[in-house]
This record gives sequence, structure tokens and C-alpha cells, in this order.
Amino acid sequence: MTTTDAPEAAPPPRGKRRIGDVAFAGLAQGSGLLILLILAGVAAFLIIQAWPSLSANTANFLTTREWAPNVREDPAFGVAALAFGTVLAAAIALLMALPVAIGIALFIVFYAPRRLASLLGYLVDLLAAIPSVVYGLWGIGFLAPQLVPVFDAMTRYLGWIPLFAGPASTSGRTILTASVALAVMVLPIITAMSRDVFQQTPQGHREAALAMGATRWEMIRLAVLPFGKSGVIGGAMLGLGRALGETMAVAMILSPSLVISWNLLQSGNQTIAAHIALQYPEATGYGVSALIAAGLVLFAITLVVNMGARYVVARGNKES
Amino acid sequence: MAKRIDVSGLHVYYGDFLAVADVSMTIEPRSVTAFIGASGCGKSTFLRTLNRMHEVTPSARVEGKVLLDDLDIYGPDVDPVMVRSEVGMVFQKANPFPTMSIYDNVIAGARLNNRRMSKSEADDLVEQSLRGANLWEEVKDRLNRPGSGLSGGQQQRLCIARATAVRPSVLLMDEPCSALDPISTLAIEDLIHQLKEDYTIVIVTHNMHQAARVSDRTAFFNLEAPGKPGKLIEMGETNQIFTRPEKKETENYITGRFG
Amino acid sequence: MNTTTTQPPTPGPETGTERVDLRRGSLPRHFPGVLLASCAAVVAGILLLFGTFGFLLWGLLTAAAYVVISVTASARVEGSRKAKDRLVTSLVYGCFLLAMLPLVSVLWTVLVNGLARFDGYFLTVSMNGVLPSMDAGGAYHAIVGTLMITGMATLISVPIGVMAAVYLVEYAQGRMKRIIMFFVDVMTGIPSIVAGLFVVALWMMLFGPGRTNGAAGAISLTVLMIPVVVRSSEEMLRLVPQDLREASYALGVPKWRTITKVVLPTSAAGLTTGIMLAIARVIGETAPLILTAGTSAISINWNLFDGQMMNLPVFIYSQVRMGGAINYERAWAAALTLILVVMLLFFLARMLGRLFAPKVR
Repeated sequence: MTTTDAPEAAPPPRGKRRIGDVAFAGLAQGSGLLILLILAGVAAFLIIQAWPSLSANTANFLTTREWAPNVREDPAFGVAALAFGTVLAAAIALLMALPVAIGIALFIVFYAPRRLASLLGYLVDLLAAIPSVVYGLWGIGFLAPQLVPVFDAMTRYLGWIPLFAGPASTSGRTILTASVALAVMVLPIITAMSRDVFQQTPQGHREAALAMGATRWEMIRLAVLPFGKSGVIGGAMLGLGRALGETMAVAMILSPSLVISWNLLQSGNQTIAAHIALQYPEATGYGVSALIAAGLVLFAITLVVNMGARYVVARGNKES
Repeated sequence: MAKRIDVSGLHVYYGDFLAVADVSMTIEPRSVTAFIGASGCGKSTFLRTLNRMHEVTPSARVEGKVLLDDLDIYGPDVDPVMVRSEVGMVFQKANPFPTMSIYDNVIAGARLNNRRMSKSEADDLVEQSLRGANLWEEVKDRLNRPGSGLSGGQQQRLCIARATAVRPSVLLMDEPCSALDPISTLAIEDLIHQLKEDYTIVIVTHNMHQAARVSDRTAFFNLEAPGKPGKLIEMGETNQIFTRPEKKETENYITGRFG
Repeated sequence: MNTTTTQPPTPGPETGTERVDLRRGSLPRHFPGVLLASCAAVVAGILLLFGTFGFLLWGLLTAAAYVVISVTASARVEGSRKAKDRLVTSLVYGCFLLAMLPLVSVLWTVLVNGLARFDGYFLTVSMNGVLPSMDAGGAYHAIVGTLMITGMATLISVPIGVMAAVYLVEYAQGRMKRIIMFFVDVMTGIPSIVAGLFVVALWMMLFGPGRTNGAAGAISLTVLMIPVVVRSSEEMLRLVPQDLREASYALGVPKWRTITKVVLPTSAAGLTTGIMLAIARVIGETAPLILTAGTSAISINWNLFDGQMMNLPVFIYSQVRMGGAINYERAWAAALTLILVVMLLFFLARMLGRLFAPKVR
């Protein structure tokens, strides 16, 4: 790398700072600052490149549903439908993943045989190692067809709930299917965070609960869950951030349309990230700029969620 | 309420390692029994086997019998959860639940057994337990404040109140004063004197003065060499152990510390 | 449900004494195992009788029967507290098994579908001159592209990431340290598509619109990779005992030499593990590469700075978009290749971590 052996033997330490020390420290500091610079650069370049289309836009960017940035005279596009779809898909995914993730974390920390615990944890981590494009392929190739009869049953028995109103999609490529894939993808993230905090529950509190005759579950309820609350919330928010920004699974599974629909079992809705991936290869002119503007919205949403998550976790660490 | 404990031929293992070997003793009800001995001699380990808390440590297991008024707590169908609500425990480091108020801390264990406790019943139990732990006067105006806001000595008495609120018949104390200042220690020792009216009390202590002050009977544990299992060397009236020990090892330990 | 004779001999109420009975109701130790086995057998029998046997259905019904029977039995014999404990235990085990379903399912479907085309031909032939619907062609160009792009991303990210970690562990103090750590964490959460858009925007300003090439893809992966490298390296550097540094200072070795000669070598294995995991994480990234490296390259391209560059994830995606049966076969085979690469990295990292971890402490 950057260090070369200085041939002349170093003289005994002097009060002055050596060139090597100064250069190395500068290099390290530069790398640290570069990270801040990159993050700022992401925001800045997105804003700069989104601006032309935003200023040419004849519709309200935040409340419009359609996406027609390439109409010659007056481009009109907005992220309303996209933002709705993004939040909906991520929220459903979180709803499904959170309880399961807490269960897995409890299983690994308190229930699994000690010898197996780390191996089983590793299996859950493997879920995070599978690339999202593979989840997408699995989603259309396997999951969606499998879910079709399930969806049919849901419309039959739960159809009176607007979320599950029929007729169900015959291809299974709905927002619920996409959310299932998202849930699987965020599962390891939430599990990892929850495991960490559960493991840190002070021995004293666990023993105090057990010593007064608590069952294992009562011990968890009295000592572990209150202690781990902020970590679990932080983990859930990190998972949410991941689900909001996840592209491929949604882009490949969902058959999209730019509507705002609460119906989970019919095709429709679309997320920002998937929309960008699908539209970009054909986009020209204002089209690209408009997609960048959509990306900016996604960036802002995930930034807020992630900062919130880190804040919650940091505060939880300080308290304990 | 208080019960007798009869231990016979008890071995404690961690995996293959024999930590405590062949302990037999009788612990009298309505009295204070002190376990003394050098660090690592297995007295805390042994104490934890009296309410099966050692099972929290993976790979720990016991052989032998522990009878609680004729009932073997290691019997085939015995539930450790039941054992622990009969044999309460107070730990070296005060460990009130940090997210709970003083009130909720006291009531936590009792709530487990009796979900539908009425408000007045609960209030009574809290007051009774806190009075029993000599803490009522100090905290009665701030029952809804978190328990972690109390001083160390108060926290330890809160833990005692929490343990007694479950209405156990035996109270095990694992060096309950080792993290406290002398004044708080005195308060706990006074409390132990009162508690023995109702409970069988077993206390592990490093402080021989304390053993001499609070206990009726004393058991001395020792190990021959590091790596060897801990053993019960001698047990008897506290007075006799401290003045006329029968075994040489006991005398060495006691005089070594005193002299 | 009516199972076989698994009901335990219920201990009757203890007579003669008024003291608390420690044995008050408890199911025998082997109750859960026996019940589970008999539930599985009975459910399998019923399903086979009706001719609707399916593994998923069988598993679900067995689990449901087990939970219902064990909880009601426990509630009657052991009381509601133990019943609740058993219910939670079943649920917690269930959660774990539930999470294993997609893992097994994904790996299994990829393996089964991928093996159809996964062979030496597929790995060594590109799509050059092959029409999408022809029964020919392979992923060689995508493998080359993946190696090139990920390689370049690694070469950029590792020095920056490790040096930033060195800064955080050895130099930074106070507010600056907290700010950088916070934003590294925040940066971990940047959606990958946003990283792609960032490079698109940057490239538009630098080179004009529509320029896609491998380097652009590599830069977008760098944005995703740096924070991962920083976090893992930081953890590893913190594991180096302070005594080692002090011993070195005591010999009069300047700080930067201490870091390069003592701290970094000591944590080398850990750093490598972290870097491999970071590579495994970005090697499957698709979305940013769709935007930056293009989706239509069909031939081998060794030049990162000129023209579109195919890679495995985008290859999978674009084949799926074409939609024919052959295309799907190619996509599955490419997915198998990709998963094998990722798993290999994962296992190697794990082995390295195992082998060298104790030495650090």
C-alpha cells in the first residue's frame, strides 16, 4: 500500500512529528472524511440532476400518480402512487418479519441447544447472503405460483376485508407476494440486531426472574424483552429501511401499475426502487432526470428511517 | 412456613469437572446458616443447587439428594420453577428490574402466580413485603419511581422484599452485602435477624465477622488444592466453629483471618 | 384431533400433606417428543387416506395439532403458566423452522432448476451471436464482468474502508468520531438503487448522458461496499489488545509504524474475513448495475472503461425479462453460479474467522 520501509534507521523519538506519522494520519483522516464526502455527494448529485425535470414538471411531483416525463411540451409525473406502494410493501413485509425475527432471536439465544446455537444463527445469516435477484427469480419461478391457491382461499374466506377483496390475481404476482419476499430478506437483519441485545441482557436480571420462580417465558417477559426493546425497535427500523429500498425482488415479482390500491391480492401498485429499475433502460431526456428525482425521494425516506434507527439503538445502549 | 433442608451425598459437576464433592448436611428451619470458605471453594455453587439455580449454567448438573421437608427437589417430576418459588434467592449484586417501578419490582414474582390479584391485595402485599425488608418508610412516597434510583443498600433490601413477596419458605443469600458499605451492611444484617422468625435462611459470606454476627450455624467449605473439588469440611453451631473447631483446616482458616 | 396413547399418567393430587407439592402437575420429560412423533404419524395417515399428502401441509397440520394438544394437556395438568410457557416454546421453535422454509426452498429450487443448464459449456461460452431464444449460449461474459466490476470495487473500497477504520480506531476522537461512525452506519442503509442513481448523475455531469460501462458499476458498488468494510474492520481493529500497541510505543516505534507493523498484521485474518463478507454482499447487487453497467451486453468485455459490461446478477434479470423457457433456464443456471460463488466466499470467510480468531485474543 502506501507504506515503504524507510532505509535509514529511525532516530530516537523527537518532539517534532515525523513525516511518516503526519502522512499516515492524514491518509486515515482523509479516508474518514471521504465517507462524509461521498454521502454528501450522493445527495448533491441527485439534487442537481433531478432539478431539470422537476422544474419542467407541469404536475405536482408529490401528489401526482402518473408518470409521463417524456411528453414533449409538458412533462407530468409524480411519486404519489410509487411512494404509496413503497411504504405499503415495506410495511407489510415488516409486519410479517418482525414477530418471526423476534422468535428466531429468542430461539437462538434462549431455546436452542448451546452447541447448535451459533450454527443455527449462521443458517439464518445465510438468508442475508442470497442475492436479491435470486429472491426475485425464486419469487416468480416458485413463490408466486405456490401462493395462487392461498390467495384464492383468502379471497373466499377473508374477502370481506378490503385488503383481501377478490378476484385474486391468477399469476400470484401481487404486492403481497413481493412483501413475502421482502420479509424473508429483512428477517436476518432484524434477527441479528435482536439477538445482539437479547444476548446482552444482564445475567443478574435473568437470574432474579428465575429465582423467584419464573418460567422461561416469564423470565423473558420480565427481564429480556424490556431490556431489549430499543434494540429490537432499532433492528425493525433497519429492516424497514432495507425493505423500502429493495429493488429486484419487487421489480421481478410484481406486475405493476401506477395506481393507489389497498388490495393486496390483485396486481397493481409499484415501488419507487422497482419503478426506477424497470423504467431506466428505456428512459431518455427528462425521463432519466425524473427517475433521479424519484430516487431522491427514496433516498430521503430511507435516510430518515435509518437515522431514526441508529438514534434509537444508540439511546438504548446509553441507557443500559 | 419455614422448612428444613436435608442434603445427602450431593456432587456438583460442570460437564466432567467435579466442582463440589459429597456434601451432606441438615439446615434447620427458622435459623440462619452461614457458608464460609475461601473463594472458589464451591460454597456459592452449592448454594445454587438448593433451588436448582445452577441449572441456568449450561452443563451444570448434580448427583445426590436435596430434601425440602422430605420432598426431593431433584425428584423425577419436580419442576424447577416450583422449587424456586419455594426457595427464594438474593444475589451478590442487587438486581432490581431497571424498567420497573419499586412497586412493580416487589409485586413481580407474586403476580406470576396470581394474575388476578386485586389492587388492594397487591397494595397490602407490597407494603407488607417492604415493611418486612425495613424499606417501607424510605420508599413509601416514591413507589412509582424506578427501583434503579435507590442506593445500593436500598436496592438490596428491595430485592429481599421482592423475594419474600413470593412467600417462599427458604431464603438463600449469596454474599448479599459484599457490594455494600458498612451502614447498609448493618441494615441487612438486622433484617436477617428479623427474617429468621419466618424463614429458613442460608447465607454465603466472605466476611467471617458477619458469619459470626448473623448465623446460628456455620458450615466451612474448602478445597485441598486448585482443580480439586470443594468439600464440606465441618459444620456446627457458629459459636463452636469459631471457638472450638474440630478440624485443623477450619482452625487454620479462622485463625488465619482473625490473627 | 385424537392422538394415540400419549396422554401421560397424570399425577393425582397429593394426599395427606398440606404443604405445597413441588410436583404439582408436570408432564413427563419425553412428552413433547412422543406427542410430536405421534401427531406427525397420525396426520400423515389421515392425509394419505384422503390422498392429499404434501410436505408443507403435513408439516403445518402436525405443528398445529402438536401445539393444540400439548397446550391443552399442559393447561389441564400443569396449570396456565406452564401451558403458556409451552405455547411460547412451540412458537419460538416454529419461528425458526418457518425461517428455514424459504432458505431451503430458495436453495433447492435454484439447485434443481439451475442444474438443467449448469455445465462447462454454460460457464465458458458467452451470448455473443446467440439469439435469446436459441438453445445455446452461456454466462461466460457475465462471469468475466462480475469479476472485473467486483474486483475494481474491492480495490477501491478496501484501502479507503480500512484506512477509515484505522482513523476511527486509532486517531479520531470526540465529535468527529461520533459523526463519522453515525454516518457510516447510515450509509450502510443506502438503497442500492440510489447508489446506482448517484453514479448515473455523476457520470452525466462528467461524461454526458447515456454512458454505461464497467467502471461506473464498480463505483456504485464501492458506495455500498465502503461502509461494510469500515464496520467490520473497525471491529477487528478494536480486538487488538492495547498492550500490543503500548509495547510497540515503548520500543520507540512511531505510531504509524506501530499501526502498519503491529496492529494491521495482528488483525489481518479478521480484516480478510470482513472483506470477503463485504465482497459476498456486493457481488450479488443487481439494481445499481442495471443503471450503470447496462443490461444488453452479450459479448465478453475486458475493458472496464468502454461499453456495457454484463455481469451475473444483471444476466439473471435480463434473461427473466425476455421471458422464454430457455431464458428462464439460463437465469436459473446463472443464479446457481452466483449462489455458489457467494456461498464459497461466505464459507471461506467463516473458515478464516474460525482458524484465526483465537490468536487475536
